[in-house]
Amino acid sequence: MKYFPLVWANLTRHKRRTVLTTLSVALALFLFASLRSVITTLHAGAEVGSESRMIVQSAKAIVFFLPMSYKERLLAVPGVQAVTWADWFGGVYQDPKNFFASFAADAESYLDMYKTDFTLPADQRAAFIKERTACIVGQHLLEKYGWHLGQNVTLQGTIFQGDWTFTIRGVYHATDPAFSEDALMFHYEVIYERYPRWVQPGWYVLQLKDPALAQQVAATIDSEFKNSTDPTKTGTERAFNAGFVTMWGNVSFLMNSIGMAVVFAILLVAANSMMLSARERTNEVGVLKTVGFSDRLLFGLVMAEAGIIALGGAVLGLGAAKALYRPTDFSAMGFLPGFDVTAGTLALGLGIAVVLAVASGLVPALNAARLSAVQALRHVE
Amino acid sequence: MKIPIVYNVRSLARRPVSTAMTALGVALVVGVFIAMLALANGFKMALVRTGSPDNVIVLRKGADSELSSGITRDNAAIIAALPEVAAAADGAPLASPEVFVPMNVESAGVGEAQLVVTRGVTARAFEVRHGIRLVEGRMFTPGRDEVIIGTAIAPKLAHSAVGDTIHLAGRGWLVAGHFSAGGSAFESEVWGENDQLMPVLRGQVYQVVAFRLRDPGQFDSAKRALENDPRLQVDARRESEFYASQSTVLRTILNFLAIFITGIMAIGAVFGAVNTMYAAVASRTSEIAVLLTLGFKPRSVLASFLAEATVLALVGGLLGCLVALPINGIVTSTTNWSSFSMIAFSFLVTPRILLEGVIFAVVMGVVGGFFPARRAARVPVVEAIR
Repeated sequence: MKYFPLVWANLTRHKRRTVLTTLSVALALFLFASLRSVITTLHAGAEVGSESRMIVQSAKAIVFFLPMSYKERLLAVPGVQAVTWADWFGGVYQDPKNFFASFAADAESYLDMYKTDFTLPADQRAAFIKERTACIVGQHLLEKYGWHLGQNVTLQGTIFQGDWTFTIRGVYHATDPAFSEDALMFHYEVIYERYPRWVQPGWYVLQLKDPALAQQVAATIDSEFKNSTDPTKTGTERAFNAGFVTMWGNVSFLMNSIGMAVVFAILLVAANSMMLSARERTNEVGVLKTVGFSDRLLFGLVMAEAGIIALGGAVLGLGAAKALYRPTDFSAMGFLPGFDVTAGTLALGLGIAVVLAVASGLVPALNAARLSAVQALRHVE
Repeated sequence: MKIPIVYNVRSLARRPVSTAMTALGVALVVGVFIAMLALANGFKMALVRTGSPDNVIVLRKGADSELSSGITRDNAAIIAALPEVAAAADGAPLASPEVFVPMNVESAGVGEAQLVVTRGVTARAFEVRHGIRLVEGRMFTPGRDEVIIGTAIAPKLAHSAVGDTIHLAGRGWLVAGHFSAGGSAFESEVWGENDQLMPVLRGQVYQVVAFRLRDPGQFDSAKRALENDPRLQVDARRESEFYASQSTVLRTILNFLAIFITGIMAIGAVFGAVNTMYAAVASRTSEIAVLLTLGFKPRSVLASFLAEATVLALVGGLLGCLVALPINGIVTSTTNWSSFSMIAFSFLVTPRILLEGVIFAVVMGVVGGFFPARRAARVPVVEAIR
């Protein structure tokens, strides 16, 4: 520790260089944390959803309806406790750019099914259920468009043609940050009434008595409807969500490759700057050796310098990422709800900083340690 | 008087490690920049190539994609009867009513179902839509349960070889052939006969009608006629513009990522260049003083060091191009969020993107070199030469 003033003096001699190098390390780790958080958030999204709920959809494709008559038959399957259903609405608000999740659901059974995943005040719930043209929206969505309770919101249907006006009667809060607050939900009856000969449930949600029954229930349901005109595909809600994540393709690979390029690019910057500093101080190393500094100590001093730059940059960059995303509710236009830098990402970032310190400091430190005093002093003017 | 550029090149060559590291840093930034633009561009081109400017696509009013559209049989007949529709060799209108549904299809390897666009067409579609060519096998036979599969998607699906039976919409279909479509999104689709697919898909309704214009200049009059026809509730779009617009969601994301990531990386690389150039100026103070004494203007010294930084970055930029070039043509796949189905496309590096990469590098060099160069121009001669 007593050598700290010496290390500090070396760092502050070229203040600009030290600051720029530290900042470039900080930028790199900020970027690393951001890219990795895309992956971790996607994976967290795949784990939203309960293992004790199942989704029944058309085996042909998600765009196909399932007959309303399936409701009673699904309820009769052993192990199934409750059934609800919903339809993807896919409306746009004023401009096609204002896109958010909107769906129609059987209000009462749907709210019961998901009562642990979001909170909705009891009076708002009652008001929503009572009024046919009412809707509920997520807190985040409400804030985004500056809506308020009681306001009428008109959506343009893309699948269900025409204008649809709903009155906001409730605002829900997600209890899990990965559960989207960017959604609008209204009564299934509304679309059914306008298109009675066409609209049927898009998917059913089942509540199981016991999650262990999942496989058995799925097999029973799928085989029951296998030879009908509307075969089903049943899976846990978690698997259903994970399916959406795999739709992104190899994002992880893309993010990881870029992350590696970033880290390597910054390693070059940091190593270059350490070497520049070391080269300029060759004669000083000679002086220090003459006054009795050991090789090992000199090695340590250079490594400490590299370490301070790398770790200082890491704290800055990782701290900025942690402080920026969660508090500002960044969600990449709703594609990545609950975007956050995880503890694992922070630990990995620090690990990279350590590797960076060793890799950038090693060559200059070894040079400093190996240099003979006589040779180094030759440079002294 | 200008200081010859050879001076700068030799100076760079005198400290090879530092030069190489800085240039490599720039190269990595440029490489990532090019790769990301090539990805966004490849995706965009796959969709742009899908449409043709002399074709019109008719969708239900308000529909933002083929998926959410729907056009009845009678309406399709009205559209085909429009005077602006070109005539085929046999005199029939060059119009192609099509069914469009993303279907679950088992993917190769993992066996998970993936959404793949299934398009029901008539023989006319091969005249209306551009560049569709059978590369293997034969056309599907009318009246039979047969399909043909696009070359981009075929390797990603199970049971998709010619002669296999692919499972689709709860039925088995014989794979009669594979077709290419000039790198367009059609290559990520499965095509079958309208009359076979329609009943198992979505009932007696088409999703879109595409037709060839008799004269590409007649788009506006055709659009007006269709959208004002009281019997129809449709939107008419120029096919090329429509398909290009279908790439917006993903392209916005990719472009944002490209700018965000390479922007931050570039700042880091510029910092590296600044360090290197300041060190270069510091170690050459006496040299610079000599130049100034010899009568070179401070302006020339500034220009010279700026040129040095630019050369450094340019080397990096060219290196970055070389590194990124091999990704051209690599096929990747993702979901096209307009249809929720899989689309396969390849990275597309164009001369324009390479040029942008090089310009990007030069900008980094100029920005990173400016302050060190100014320092060089202000070297106090008397002190430095002592």
